[in-house]
Amino acid sequence: MIRINKATLRKYTLLLATAFSIGFLTACNSSDSTDKTLPILGHREAVERVVDGKTVVDTVYHQIPDFAFINQDSQRVTQETVAGKIYVTDFFFTTCPSICPKMKSQMLRVYEKFKDNPNVVILSHSIDPQHDTVAVLRDYADRLNVQSDKWHFLTGDKDSIYDMALQYFTGVQEDAQAEGGFAHSGDFMLVDQNRHIRGHYHGTEQEDVDRLMKDMEVLLKEKQNGQK
Amino acid sequence: MAVALGGLVLTTLTQCFTNKKNEGQRLYETNCQSCHMEDGSGLRGVIPPISGADYLEQHRDELACLIRHGIDGPITVNGIEYNKPMPGVDLREDQITNLLNYIQTNFGNNNARYTMPEVEKQLETCPPHR
Repeated sequence: MIRINKATLRKYTLLLATAFSIGFLTACNSSDSTDKTLPILGHREAVERVVDGKTVVDTVYHQIPDFAFINQDSQRVTQETVAGKIYVTDFFFTTCPSICPKMKSQMLRVYEKFKDNPNVVILSHSIDPQHDTVAVLRDYADRLNVQSDKWHFLTGDKDSIYDMALQYFTGVQEDAQAEGGFAHSGDFMLVDQNRHIRGHYHGTEQEDVDRLMKDMEVLLKEKQNGQK
Repeated sequence: MAVALGGLVLTTLTQCFTNKKNEGQRLYETNCQSCHMEDGSGLRGVIPPISGADYLEQHRDELACLIRHGIDGPITVNGIEYNKPMPGVDLREDQITNLLNYIQTNFGNNNARYTMPEVEKQLETCPPHR
């Protein structure tokens, strides 16, 4: 009788231990991948409004405003182009001798990974639109062998492009001292389907672009789940 | 034993203070890497590779001038045409020799090295450039 009890006890202990381990493992997994969320970058404002006689405070996040540029196919690219999609954006110029080749080789990695995903777009803005005409961008994109509807190379009104860079918190300016005549950062910005900036990466560093690609998966999952 | 150890220390110290060591690699990192990349892969369709480039063997005798004066116009490497200007780099003959030897024997390349007289001779007869 005692012997049976001991055996049963041992069985239960083992069962309990197994259950705990599984619980732990699941908990770890879920906090690792599914529960990870990305912050919304930029300034935020608390806006009060009155609902049914009660004051409710809404948080209004920095949002990329409407825009209109021209891509390598002479097509207009606007906020409609990226509606409902997540996108990665950067600022460059085709004759840039310093960091742009590295940025573009890293962006190619992003392109190759997500080229078949209809929910992902890449926007590369030229900060030298006078030189980087549609024809020049067409040639550049052809040489990289990338699809226009996935990776848009943008040209347009210079002031508008520089204003957009500010909206993406990316530093660009004309600078005779800089190599190639323009100074700019090598940033890649990740933007969600509501045009909120969700991540900032160094486009010249492979490890940081690895982080970007992981964050894109997180953002795509969030979009799929319909969370805010 | 002590002599051997002393010799080793001396060799190490001399190497540490010799600025010449790895000059080819340092010159590559300073002047070439931002476009041709750490691994010599270039940029697809835009900037030709260094790694495994047939051009390095086929145009071996033109490379010293190419480094010093750059290139403006189309160039075909491994059957792909590239057309992006490369600026020249103002380097001495010995520096160009070290840089060329680094390029010819790294990135998976296993081509013949240059002597300095060979490079000097190439530089005497550079084609017209901008």
